[in-house]
Amino acid sequence: MVEQDGATAAGGAPEPIPAHRADYLPILLVPLLAAVALPLIANPVTWITLTIAALAMGMMIFVIASGLTLVFGLMDVLNFGHGAFIAIGAYLAMTTLIPLADWIQADQLALNLAALGLAILVAMAGTSVIGWAFERVIIMPVYGQHLKQILITTGGLIVAEQLIHVFWGGDQKPMPLPTALRGAITIGDVAVEKYRLLAMVVGLAVFVAMLLVLNRTKLGLLVRAGVENREMVEALGYRIRRLFVAVFVAGSALAGLGGTLWALYRETLTAGIGSEVIVLVFIVIIIGGLGSIGGCFLASVLVAQVANYTGYLAPKVALASNILLMVIILMWRPQGLYAVVGR
Amino acid sequence: MIKTLLSGDLPRSRLLSGLLVLILATLAAAPLLFPGAQAINTAAKICVFVVLVASYDLLLGYTGIVSFAHTMFYGLGGYGVGLALYSWGPTWASALAGLTIALFAGLALAFLIGLFSLRVRAIFFAMVTLAVASAFAILAAQLSSFTGGEDGRSFRIPELLRADALIELPFVGPITGRTITYYVVFLSALASFLGALRIVNSPFGRVLQAIRENDFRAEALGYRTIFYRTSANCLAAGMAVFAGALNSLWFRYTGPDTTLSFAIMLDILLMVVIGGMGTMYGAVIGATLFIVAQNYLQKLMGAAAKSTEALPLLPHLLHPDRWLLWLGVLFVLSVYFFPTGIVGKLRQG
Repeated sequence: MVEQDGATAAGGAPEPIPAHRADYLPILLVPLLAAVALPLIANPVTWITLTIAALAMGMMIFVIASGLTLVFGLMDVLNFGHGAFIAIGAYLAMTTLIPLADWIQADQLALNLAALGLAILVAMAGTSVIGWAFERVIIMPVYGQHLKQILITTGGLIVAEQLIHVFWGGDQKPMPLPTALRGAITIGDVAVEKYRLLAMVVGLAVFVAMLLVLNRTKLGLLVRAGVENREMVEALGYRIRRLFVAVFVAGSALAGLGGTLWALYRETLTAGIGSEVIVLVFIVIIIGGLGSIGGCFLASVLVAQVANYTGYLAPKVALASNILLMVIILMWRPQGLYAVVGR
Repeated sequence: MIKTLLSGDLPRSRLLSGLLVLILATLAAAPLLFPGAQAINTAAKICVFVVLVASYDLLLGYTGIVSFAHTMFYGLGGYGVGLALYSWGPTWASALAGLTIALFAGLALAFLIGLFSLRVRAIFFAMVTLAVASAFAILAAQLSSFTGGEDGRSFRIPELLRADALIELPFVGPITGRTITYYVVFLSALASFLGALRIVNSPFGRVLQAIRENDFRAEALGYRTIFYRTSANCLAAGMAVFAGALNSLWFRYTGPDTTLSFAIMLDILLMVVIGGMGTMYGAVIGATLFIVAQNYLQKLMGAAAKSTEALPLLPHLLHPDRWLLWLGVLFVLSVYFFPTGIVGKLRQG
């Protein structure tokens, strides 16, 4: 995430290890993009609504993308089947919410949140088990072979998507929002949808928790060290494979959470939800720099901003504008916003 | 003579040679052998897909890069010819103009994508192409006043190709415009396939294989890998555009589902892997086998679903709409256990 200056003084007393030089430049992109969009949109109320929507959407994309980028950073495995976890998580949550219909319809925030929490728990538990199995069966035999990895995980995605058709049927399913989360809060002229606030809170919580785990625990230290240099961590006697399985399972669980949030945001659910989001997720992890959590977070917000602003200004070219964003950023920094050292 | 035509890359297996000769002969005589529309459609589709799959094999099998944008180029060719014939009238000139525009657009796009993503890391390429291809598919569906949107466009082809009966031949019967169209498609496909064979067996093709095996070493030997990768990408894109144009010419229709959808991309992947990555003959075997199976497998699955109606879950698994499931399983299994494909197995045995 941060560039490191490894120069040591020649002879004499060793200089103190240089402090991390923080790189704040990419962070400025977010307000810059917002500032550029303001005169184009012209109406400040719309602009605020769109920006808040972008932040909420960005958080959801971040939840989905963070696992994928960590898995890549740690083990050089690019999982094209990540979209399957998004879809499976969303379907599991929907199935859990069906018997809880009373809780959802009740106009009590606590009961609503309890139902949602339960659904999210089931979704995350389910996707982590499936993620574990996926890692065992699909990915383990093809470590270190990028070409086969891409092919195999794409195959896995297709099979998973078709199995969803088999178990849940192919038709579009409703994914109703709990009563207390419907509608919007109005502050002055600006209406903020309640659910977007919730999504933002959840996404921020995941980001903070992830930063804490990565920066303040031994596990996080090992993961970060593994991203930088896998062999060195192994040489120090840690079993990086176990660490990797743990990260993979956590990433799958986060995809399940993200899928649930996304489906609630759209309020409908189809088996194609995974492949729909995964394109945005890929753009995000490329822009952010493969393997970088901070870059992933920033890129999620940027991509969501572009998607929302252009969705309002020129809805037909929304996805194409994100490709343009990717091209511009790669021209500026070919490795993404924050290049991970050693790769 | 044959050796020169095949650029010195002989099938190297008696069974494989036999199969290839059989496929070639059947395709060459298809309009005379099968009077029905369904069979001749299948034959034309095989011709088109041989070109498409061969061009993809140039990327995946020979250069070792995975692209998900191949359907985009295929679609470009299809839309190029289709929209030109639709808006400028059914003449040869407009078809040719459409093909030229599509070729240039395809090459430019392939060049740009390659320059951007192949420069950094090959794995970027898979993701970037996936993103670009889905953006392209959405654009094609959205700009409906130009492309016809989800419905696509039907159009008329040049006069000669839609004549009822041109000449009456002894033993053969009337030669229709349809027959001529078929031979245009067939001969173009044959020529492109031989061209692809020429490319992979040239010194240029050897460098591509060296890059596939070890790009670091290839670079160390003095080959600019970025140059070779980007060229391979452009060549494959150009061929895919051509295949799309042939497809348009035969089906007189172009739309997002038949050219741009991810399902087609998966079909191409499957054909390459099942046929055999890194051999051009794999494209022929893979495409033929897959398209023949596709036409009959779904019927078989329908019958199987009916006969297992009483059982739980099984009829859902065997439903004809679920054939993609079984293809996916087959795909994963063949990547694991069958990485050299049918051609590889035949050459071993």
